Amino acid sequence: MAHFVKKRGKASPEVSTASLPDIIFMLLFFFMVVTVLRDGERKVQVVVPEATQLQKLEQKSLVNHIWIGKPVEKYQAMYGTSPRIQLGDKFANENEIPLFLEQHKIKVPEPQRPRITSSLKVDGDVTMGIVTDVKTVLRKSGQLKINYSARPKQN
Amino acid sequence: MAKTSSRDRMKNEINAGSMADIAFLLLIFFLVTTTIDVDKGITVKLPPWSDEPPEIQQLKKRNVFSVLVNAQDQLLVRGELAEIDELRERTKEFIANPLKKEDLSTNPKNAIISLKNDRGTSYEQYLAVYNELKAAYDELWDEECRRLYGIPYSDDLPIAYKRAIKEKIPMVLSEAEPTNFGEE
Repeated sequence: MAHFVKKRGKASPEVSTASLPDIIFMLLFFFMVVTVLRDGERKVQVVVPEATQLQKLEQKSLVNHIWIGKPVEKYQAMYGTSPRIQLGDKFANENEIPLFLEQHKIKVPEPQRPRITSSLKVDGDVTMGIVTDVKTVLRKSGQLKINYSARPKQN
Repeated sequence: MAKTSSRDRMKNEINAGSMADIAFLLLIFFLVTTTIDVDKGITVKLPPWSDEPPEIQQLKKRNVFSVLVNAQDQLLVRGELAEIDELRERTKEFIANPLKKEDLSTNPKNAIISLKNDRGTSYEQYLAVYNELKAAYDELWDEECRRLYGIPYSDDLPIAYKRAIKEKIPMVLSEAEPTNFGEE
């Protein structure tokens, strides 16, 4: 009996929290790795359409994004409501796309360059006219791998 | 004896109690700024640009499946009005032609899908149509893959398998220059 009492008295009543920082750090690193920091401001409204035959875009560094949609309300006074293209964080014309592609390309190591994909994030309500113009420019500048961004269909 | 050991402990440890708090703070910052939106979409390979107009190829009518989408988002499939719900099944039937009908493709290798839209077609409708056409091919590939190898078709399939399937059923989708109707 005395033996038991002595042992219980010795054991610390607290749960050790020494490994808590390690656990939190692990979570922290996980989130740091999966995080994509928002790159600049969205100046066009884009709600991509729904589709079922989706493919995942693998390497983020090999993807450049082209946004097409109506300017957001803040910019409608200045840019109107007809669909516009956004490259990086500013409004652009079709003829600025080749430079944009080139600027992205030089950041990618040479062997991986053929795998560069352009992700077209186009609003569902945009008409095909502007999309076709963008596609033509992409074809002319040799960027043939594109991805029509879409949401998985919910049912 | 007990006293020495306690002093030793005091000397050798840095108080790590606040470490967890600091880490939590960083964790919450990253939780808030994170957007885990997996980028998904329909991957398409565009044809290279050439300045010369393409050669006019004479194709058998039965091997061409023409899909037109007009500025009112209506569909014209092989010359008649159609609904998007039936597009997938019709495309599959056209490519595979299981009953060897006279007006459908002679062979999946010869089948050509021709897609044409107006400049005024909404992107939503265009992508919906493209999705259905892609789905028809995906389903055919899946059936073929199950028949040949007994496993469902997926992107992780060995390249040799994929190549064999795509050789049997190549995806030929030709997009014509859109007509200038209904531009905003």
